[in-house]
Amino acid sequence: MGRYVALRIGQALLVVWLAYTVIFLAVQLLPGDPVTIFLSTDAAVDQATIDNMKRQYGYDQPLPVQYFAQLGGLLHGDVGYSLASGEPVAARIGGVIGSTLALALSAFATAVGLALAVVAAATLTRSAALRKLLTNLPPLFAAVPVFWLGLVLLELLSIRWGVMSLFPDGSFLSLAVPVFVLGVHVSAPIAQVLLKSIDTVYNQPFIDVLRAKGASAAWIFFHHALKNAAGPAATITGITVGTLLAGSVITETVFARSGLGAVVLQAVTTQDVPLVQGLVLLTATVFVAVNLLVDLLYPLLDPRILKSNGQGSPRALGV
Amino acid sequence: MGTITTEPAAPLLAVRGLRVEYEPGRAAVDGVDLDLKPGEIVALVGESGSGKTTLARSILGLLPATARIAAGSIDFDGTDLAGLTEKQLTRIRGRRIGLVPQDPGASLDPVRTIGSQVAEVFRLHRDGRRRTRRELRAEVIRLLTMVGIDRPEERLRQYPHELSGGLKQRVLIAIGFSLRPQVLIADEPTSALDVTVQRTVLEVFDRLAKEFGTAVVFVTHDLAVATDHADRIVVMRGGRIREDRAVAEILSRPEDEYTVRLLAEAAPARAAAPAASAEEGGPAPAFALEARGLVKVFGRGGIEHRAVDAVSFGVRPGTTFSLVGESGSGKSTTARMLMRLLDPTEGSVLVDGRDVTGLDGRGKRDLWRTLQLVYQNPDSALDPRLRIRDIIAEPLLNFGLGDRAARRERVAELLEQVNLPDHAAAARPMELSGGQRQRVAIARALALGAKALVLDEALSALDVLTQAQILALLQELQRELKLTYLFISHDLHVVERISDQVGVMRGGRLVETGPTAGIFGDPQHEYTRLLLDSNPGHRLRGLAGATNH
Repeated sequence: MGRYVALRIGQALLVVWLAYTVIFLAVQLLPGDPVTIFLSTDAAVDQATIDNMKRQYGYDQPLPVQYFAQLGGLLHGDVGYSLASGEPVAARIGGVIGSTLALALSAFATAVGLALAVVAAATLTRSAALRKLLTNLPPLFAAVPVFWLGLVLLELLSIRWGVMSLFPDGSFLSLAVPVFVLGVHVSAPIAQVLLKSIDTVYNQPFIDVLRAKGASAAWIFFHHALKNAAGPAATITGITVGTLLAGSVITETVFARSGLGAVVLQAVTTQDVPLVQGLVLLTATVFVAVNLLVDLLYPLLDPRILKSNGQGSPRALGV
Repeated sequence: MGTITTEPAAPLLAVRGLRVEYEPGRAAVDGVDLDLKPGEIVALVGESGSGKTTLARSILGLLPATARIAAGSIDFDGTDLAGLTEKQLTRIRGRRIGLVPQDPGASLDPVRTIGSQVAEVFRLHRDGRRRTRRELRAEVIRLLTMVGIDRPEERLRQYPHELSGGLKQRVLIAIGFSLRPQVLIADEPTSALDVTVQRTVLEVFDRLAKEFGTAVVFVTHDLAVATDHADRIVVMRGGRIREDRAVAEILSRPEDEYTVRLLAEAAPARAAAPAASAEEGGPAPAFALEARGLVKVFGRGGIEHRAVDAVSFGVRPGTTFSLVGESGSGKSTTARMLMRLLDPTEGSVLVDGRDVTGLDGRGKRDLWRTLQLVYQNPDSALDPRLRIRDIIAEPLLNFGLGDRAARRERVAELLEQVNLPDHAAAARPMELSGGQRQRVAIARALALGAKALVLDEALSALDVLTQAQILALLQELQRELKLTYLFISHDLHVVERISDQVGVMRGGRLVETGPTAGIFGDPQHEYTRLLLDSNPGHRLRGLAGATNH
């Protein structure tokens, strides 16, 4: 177990380092250095100002020096300075991340809850029609774009019925509606995978043995099927973090919420490379961290994981 | 059993006119009557598709969602099980009617511990007083000990994948008997186990059924197992009961023509060894297939595992050599090394006297024109999307042999050789029966003109009567085409019928080799004796011996 954990953590750190390196190299591939790019939108800048700023941000140094200086800064939590505001990137992101985290985490909890509810209802209902309806919900959720659902709800709730303010005002609805919109979207892949793997589990002979023991449908679902099916669902949940972050940006924009979404938009439109770099690195780190968590959770769900390596059986080689 | 009892014991379970349909009009079980007295062991025997499993499952109310009881009743101690709701059934299942399932490997929840799965029965049926954790634990340990599981305290915390198949089946038996049900349905409980394990597991099963006076419905396709363990045998075919009598009667005076055939196949009067094996004198012919000191080591470092250890044998042209042994004995690994699908760690493989151990990609391809494999499961060995003619022609296409017309002609010829009708060429695998599919697999193996076939459990997935037909086909092909067979099997009945020579494997070693009659008649090695002794069908053999002299 200790070996497994150490191995996974090591892999996660490696991926973050690789992500940093790729981002660094990608920036070098841009025509011109970050300062020149940033200032190119402003016509009246003389060369002296550019050189001055380059020196200040360290872009005049040779590449290896820049690479290691930035890497060293990272280890101290220093992600560089925003070109637009001169603020540290970490401070710029830290200032707004709270609001985004609140949205993303609530949406995530909603998504997991919604997926579980749909799958439980679809599995346990006796009505074939209801089951059919419920199993068709996840593909529908996946098909509805976040911005469309957001705009429709805004139109109905704010403009037609006037029960919700157009801009965030701290009321319950002004948080709940964006959370719902994002949650619905993120729940789709989780529910789809969970439905599929629940299906596979129910085709296994041990389900019949459980029924023969006298277990009710609900008992089988909650005591056995869910844990058996949780593995693939956990994997897809880790992957939906990407959807969650991208969806947060869109949702924030639609509902005019401040947060990472606004910063991302601003960083890209003003071509503020250090800020973009910091945001991409943050996304990569969150992604890796969540998937590390899923990996560490996996052996708790399925005890076979830790045993499966090594020991080549001739049957496993497959004739 | 000669006297007529005036008042027969009231049946515990009475099935009357039961009809189960998977789709309207097509009955899997059709008008079946069956009685089960308390403490009686009844074997339901039949091929797959005979309706025996459907009948057993309808007693438990465990029919698949697509099936429906169209008519009849299942009276159990005064209630009609066919009319109960799912909720009412959960109070009967596990407590009054139990199940010991077919496939121990997949019948326990893989992500829950053994202890929790045994204890679950007591949590599901809280009769009377509540048990404390400690009492529950003691009860589970008592049950595990009862079925002969060593170190039960340790097993409690283990997961199913940490137990062998035999141990898992013991756990399932413990679960089945835990609340002392009046009726136990045993659905092919040992068909997935090796013979020696099968014997010990069935011994536990018999002992508990007697001790608790449990009535057992024992579903099996193996008449030999049925006769060894049951009081009464019910032969099913096509959803109907063909014969329902006490074991002794059915063995001595079978009435139904189908039962007679089943009995004949289950206890073959020692088949005349194929004449081809007779030596023609003169110098001994070279071996068609030979293994010399084969060793295969899997894994590395601390977890090294010698799957095959110093195995040497030779197969003369036109004869059959069988490797028998339990799963894990290394017989399949040996076969794969002979096929050159797996590289031996040490030793060499000779085909027609030529050392083929060092062959690489191209050489191997040429080798496979003369040496081919027929695999265990015809369902998965044939591409379900292709037509039979394309499946058989595929090797010809791969080797670029012949034009369209020539290939078509060769396919027709092969179909005839394996006794398949012409129109089978256009069918897809799903439209054929298991036996027909295995014929297709054999035809495909012969397509390139193979001289030797490795048959890896090639009959194991088939019913007894189908097995007999495929065996006859294999023997006919051997005579006609002078084929050499390496036959891998755990089924001693089949091995005895087809082989000239037999090799017994255990733990990667070849413990005994010799002519079939010698191995079966006068085994030298202790393990061979154990294996033969575990082979079910003692009563059948005793009977055959009594009538054949």
